[in-house]
Amino acid sequence: MSAMEQAAEGTVEGHASKSAAAIDRAKAEGRAALVGYLPAGFPSVQESIDAAIELAHNGADIIEIGIPYSDPVMDGSVIQAATTEALASGFRVASVFDVVKAVTDATDAAVLVMTYWNPVMRMGVDEFARRLARAGGAGLITPDLIPDEASEWFEASDRYGLDRVFLVAPSTTPERMAMTVDATRGFTYAVSLMGVTGARAAVDESAQRVVAGAREAGAERVCVGLGVSNAEHVREIAAYADGVIVGTAIVSALRDGGPAAVGRLAAALSGGLAREGHPA
Amino acid sequence: MRLVAENAPEAAAADFTSRAADTNGSGTEPADVFLSGSLRHSPGPYFGAYGGRWMPESLIAALDELEETFEKAKQDPEFVAEIAELNRNYSGRPSLLTEAKRFSQHAGGARVFLKREDLNHTGSHKINNVLGQALLAKRMGKTRIIAETGAGQHGVASATAAAFLGLECVVYMGAEDCRRQALNVARMQLLGATVVPVTNGSQTLKDAINDALRDWVANVQTTHYLLGTAAGAHPFPAMVRFFHEVIGDEARSQILEQTGRLPDAVCACIGGGSNAIGIFHGFLDDPDVELFGFEAGGSGVETGHHAATITLGRPGVLHGARSYLMQDEDGQTVESHSISAGLDYPGVGPEHSYLHDIGRVTYEPITDSEAMDAFSVLCRTEGIIPAIESSHALAGAIKVGKRLAEEGDASEKIIIVNLSGRGDKDVQTAADWFGMLDENGQVRGTTLSTRRPKGFAPNGDEGEENA
Repeated sequence: MSAMEQAAEGTVEGHASKSAAAIDRAKAEGRAALVGYLPAGFPSVQESIDAAIELAHNGADIIEIGIPYSDPVMDGSVIQAATTEALASGFRVASVFDVVKAVTDATDAAVLVMTYWNPVMRMGVDEFARRLARAGGAGLITPDLIPDEASEWFEASDRYGLDRVFLVAPSTTPERMAMTVDATRGFTYAVSLMGVTGARAAVDESAQRVVAGAREAGAERVCVGLGVSNAEHVREIAAYADGVIVGTAIVSALRDGGPAAVGRLAAALSGGLAREGHPA
Repeated sequence: MRLVAENAPEAAAADFTSRAADTNGSGTEPADVFLSGSLRHSPGPYFGAYGGRWMPESLIAALDELEETFEKAKQDPEFVAEIAELNRNYSGRPSLLTEAKRFSQHAGGARVFLKREDLNHTGSHKINNVLGQALLAKRMGKTRIIAETGAGQHGVASATAAAFLGLECVVYMGAEDCRRQALNVARMQLLGATVVPVTNGSQTLKDAINDALRDWVANVQTTHYLLGTAAGAHPFPAMVRFFHEVIGDEARSQILEQTGRLPDAVCACIGGGSNAIGIFHGFLDDPDVELFGFEAGGSGVETGHHAATITLGRPGVLHGARSYLMQDEDGQTVESHSISAGLDYPGVGPEHSYLHDIGRVTYEPITDSEAMDAFSVLCRTEGIIPAIESSHALAGAIKVGKRLAEEGDASEKIIIVNLSGRGDKDVQTAADWFGMLDENGQVRGTTLSTRRPKGFAPNGDEGEENA
C-alpha cells in the first residue's frame, strides 16, 4: 500500500496521518480522544488482540501496541512485569504486525506501535516500517528515540506514510520543543511528569505546562500520558489536551480480569472525555 | 601498524575538535580520524558510527546540563587543579608502574609492566572517574548521586566520593551481584550509601543501570547519575574517558622513564571499557604500540555463556549509545556470563566499537579458566592478588608475550598491563574456583577441633573425618 493510496483525511506534510484523523474525529464530537496502551503478547498474542479490540469497542480512539523489550527503562513495575512475562512465554517481535493487523481489521481505531528503538534497528528501520504499514499500522511512538537520532526513521516514515510520535517532557526546553513538534506527525506525546509509567494518585500539575509549551511551539494535536489511571484524571486532562493516554491501569485490568475487564475500564475512562458543554 | 598521520598530536587534536563541533548539528557525518590525524581527545557525541544519545527526551536536558558543566570544567584551571590535588592526596596517584619479572617468564619472556590501579584508594581505577563526576555534581548544585554497580567496585567508589564530598548516595546493584559480592554491599553501607538490590531481568549490571535510569528520570533535578563506565549517552563516554586519561598519561611517561622507550603492546580488560580507554588513550597516537582489549569469554565464546560483546555482538542501542551489543535476532539484549561481575555486561563503550572497526585496537576473548590461571600465576610470582577483571588482561598479556617472543628476542619486548583493581573482593570466588572450600563453604583446613563445621555430628564417624 503506497502513501498515496492511504491519503484520505488529516493530511500532514502530504501524508495521511491516521492518528491525527482519529483525534480530529473525537474533536468533531466535542471531546478529547482516548488513547489506550497494551503490550503485544501479554498474556498471550491472542488475548492481547482480544483486549485491544475490547479497548477500541469501548471508547478508545487510538490503540498503542507495545513491543515487549528486555530493557524497558521508561516503564514502571506493572508494565515491566507484563512485558517480561510476554518475553518469557516466547513473544517474537514480528508478532506485533499480526496484532496490529488483527486490531486494525476489527476496529476503527488508529493503531500505533510503541517501541524502544533497538528492536526496530535490529530488523532494519525500513523493513520494520514497510511491514508495519502493510499491517495497517498508523506509525510509531518512540520513547527512547529523539529526533536528533532519527534520520533513518524520518526517511522510512515518509516513504511508508507512517506517523512519528515523539515525546516531550516537563524538562524539554523551548528550543527542543520547537524541534520535536516540527519532527512529529500525528500528535505530540506530552509526558505529564518526570518519571516512568505507572498509576499515580493525581495527575502532575506540570502536564498542563507541557501541553501549553507544545502548543506554543505549533503543535496541532497534543496528548498527555504517564500516571493517568481513572476517569477523574481523564476529565481533568481532557479539559486542555487533545487526547488522554492510559497505560498501566489498562495493563492491570487485563492482568486481573482479562479482556472483558479492559472493556469495562475503557468504558469508564471514556466517561471522562467530554469537554464542558459537550455531551460525550 | 600505521593508522594515523604524522601530524603533531596537539595541532591535530584541535583540528579534530573543530571538525567534530561542525558535525554536531547534523549528527550524520562521522568524525574522520584519517583526515584529522589524532585519535586522542575525541569529544563525542559520535565515534564514527557509534555513540550518540539514544535516550528518553525527559533526560536530554540533564545530559545537556552535564555536557555544558563538563566542557566548562575541563577548561577551568581551578577544576583541573582540584582533580590533580585529589588524585595525589586522596587517591594516591600517580599509581606505580611495577615490572613483573617473575610473571614475565610465563609471558614468553617479554618484559611485563603492571600499571598499579589496584593501589588506588578503594582498590581500583574507578576512583578516578567518581571524584571527577562527584565534583561536577556539586558544580551543578545536585545533592544526590546514584550509581549502578556490578562487582561493587564502582558502587564502593561512588559511596566513597559521596561521603568525602557530602552527597547522598544510592547504589543500584543486581540482586544476584549483591549475593556474589556481599562484602562490597557492606562496604557501601559502612560508607553511608543505600544499596538497592535490583530484582528485574537478569538481576545483574544491565538491570541495575535500567533501575538507575528510572530513578534518574524521576529525580533529575536533585540527582546526578554517576555512570561508572565509558558507555551510555553522550557526554558519558567522552567524560568518563577524560577522568581516566590520567592512567595512560602516567603509564606512558613512566615506561619512557623506566625503559627509555614506548611499549610494544598495552593490554587491558573490557567490560564497559573504562579502564581500557583510560590507558589506551595515552598511546592512541603512537602507531607502533599495539593495543589489546580482552573481553570476558566466560565458559568459551562457542558456548554462548560469555560477555564477548565486540567479538560476537553486532551494533545496536542500549543504555543511550549505539555500540556493539549482545542481542538476539529480535534486538532483545542477551544475558552475558562471566566469572567476573565487573565484566558481566552485554554492551561496551562506543569508542571501543569505533577503535575496533578502524583496527586500532584488537579485541579478543579470554575464558574464565584462562583468567583464573593468570590470576593464580600473578599471586604466586609477584605477590599481588589481582581482581578477576584485571586477570583477563593478565591472561591476554601471557598470549601477547608468547606471540611477541616468536618475532625475536623476547627480553627486548615490552608489555604494559593495566592492573585495574585488586582481588580482595574476589577471594571467595577464587577460593571456590580453586577448590579451596569444603562442602560447607569453609576454607579447607580451617575447621580444626574447636571450630566444628555445620552438620558436625559429635558422636558419629562422619564428623570425625572433618575434625
